[in-house]
Parts: sequence; C-alpha cells; structure tokens
Amino acid sequence: MTLSMLATLGAALSLLIGSGFVIVGVIGLLKFNDPMTRLHAPTKVGTLGIGMLLLASILNAMAAGDPSMHELLIMAFLFVTAPVSANFIAKVSIHKRTCEAPPKPLKDGTWSTLDAPKDE
Amino acid sequence: MARAYRWLFPHPFLTLLLAAVWVMLQNQISAGMVVFGLILGTIIPQITSVWWPDRPKSIRLGKMFSYVIVVLWDIIVANLQVAWIVLSVPNARLKPAWIVVPLELKQPEAITVLAGTITLTPGTVSADLSNEGHSLLVHVLHTDDPDAVRDDIKNRYERRLLEIFA
Repeated sequence: MTLSMLATLGAALSLLIGSGFVIVGVIGLLKFNDPMTRLHAPTKVGTLGIGMLLLASILNAMAAGDPSMHELLIMAFLFVTAPVSANFIAKVSIHKRTCEAPPKPLKDGTWSTLDAPKDE
Repeated sequence: MARAYRWLFPHPFLTLLLAAVWVMLQNQISAGMVVFGLILGTIIPQITSVWWPDRPKSIRLGKMFSYVIVVLWDIIVANLQVAWIVLSVPNARLKPAWIVVPLELKQPEAITVLAGTITLTPGTVSADLSNEGHSLLVHVLHTDDPDAVRDDIKNRYERRLLEIFA
C-alpha cells in the first residue's frame, strides 16, 4: 500500500461523498415548492458537496506528484460569494412578495428591502 | 511617517491577502511572483480605499482561527441534518420559519461575517438587514422551535464575533 495509492483511494471516497451531497442538493431544489425553502438546497451543495469534490482534486494531484493549491482558492472564493448570491435571491423574493411576509424587526422600522419610497 | 504608511497601506491585512492569493493563483512560489503580488497588494487597496474608508480596529487572529474551526465543524453537522430533512420530511410537514436576530454587533465587517456564516451553515439563510442595521432576518428550513435557533446563533456565533472584533 503506497502513499499515492492511499491518496487515490481517498480521492475516490471524497468524490463519492461529494457527489452524494450534490445529489441531495438537487433533490431538495426539485422537491421544495417555495422559493425561500428552495434557496436552502444550493447553499448545501456549495459548501460540503463542492468542498469534497475539491478535496478529491487535491488528493488526485498529490497522487500524480504535482501538488496544486488552486482548489483552496476556489473554496475561499465560493465561501465569500455564495452568501452574497443567496442574499440577493432572498431579497428579490421579499421584494416581489413571492414568499411569506417576514415579521417586523425588533428595534428598527422595517427591513431594508421593503424600505422604499411608496410612489414610484 | 505614520501618515505616509497609512496612505501607502490603507488596509495592510488586505495587502498581505492579495499577495498570498496572487502567489496561489500561480500555483508555485517564486521571488518574482511574490514581489509582483506585493505590488498588486499595494496598488489595489490604494485605488479602492475611497469606497472602504474605515477598517476594523483590531482582529484577534487566534480567536478568528478557532471560530473558523467551529464554523467548519458546524457546516459538516448541519449538512448531514439538512440532507436528512430533504430526504425524509415531505413538503406538507415542513415547517419553515422566519426568525429575527437582534444584533449586538455594530461594525459592518462583523455583521457581514455573521450573515455569511449563517448562510454557509445549511438550514439557515440570512435574508435581510433592518433599515438601521439592528436586526438580521434569517430564514430557517425546518424547525420546531424558532427561538432556540435564534439563541443558538447568538450564543454560538455572535458572542465569538464580539470577542474577535472587540
């Protein structure tokens, strides 16, 4: 059992786990019937699913004797950008009133998405 | 001297981060690439500092590191929980809920990190901020007790962030 064989096995295992989470995310996206609950599925795929696939890529590059660091960067960029796009989709469904109306905030007047001039 | 330093490096941490990202993009370390990364890291913060005038006073890196570990662990646990919910709970019995999290954090950077953490941990998505920035609107996929989720967010993440961005 050499080290590169272990790395290949690890890569195969993380590919399996990663694609399992991606498939659950897709099932969630198809199954839920409300824009806000649907939003939960992609955030799951974006974290653990893609994370495991990238881990497989790192392990595979290691087994091939050509270590690569790009995957860590992809992970970092995904972690920074995924919440922003999720936030925008949520804001759109609040703004278009396609979801259940959110409760009032505790201290301030209203949510910033709903805080728009009336006559426009 | 101090003013010249502040003019040259408005965000010293961002300078180092940009240099590190540049070197990682090359996928190999060479002196020329480090120097070029540092040049980029000096120019980019300077020309974008107009849109980013303030910087966090101090960040405790040790606490930040343990926060990252806690969040990564929570992402794994919550992923398994949400996968179970997706596969086992039918739509009719799903109990999504809005929760309102009152914020003690004041700095925009800290609130951004908290909102990002909430979205990254599956099962919760941060949807909106109140118009004066004192509450955060969070959507939960499936919960029996919305108040417990809110207390969890406050105790687990916000308390740590208050210490990090002290």
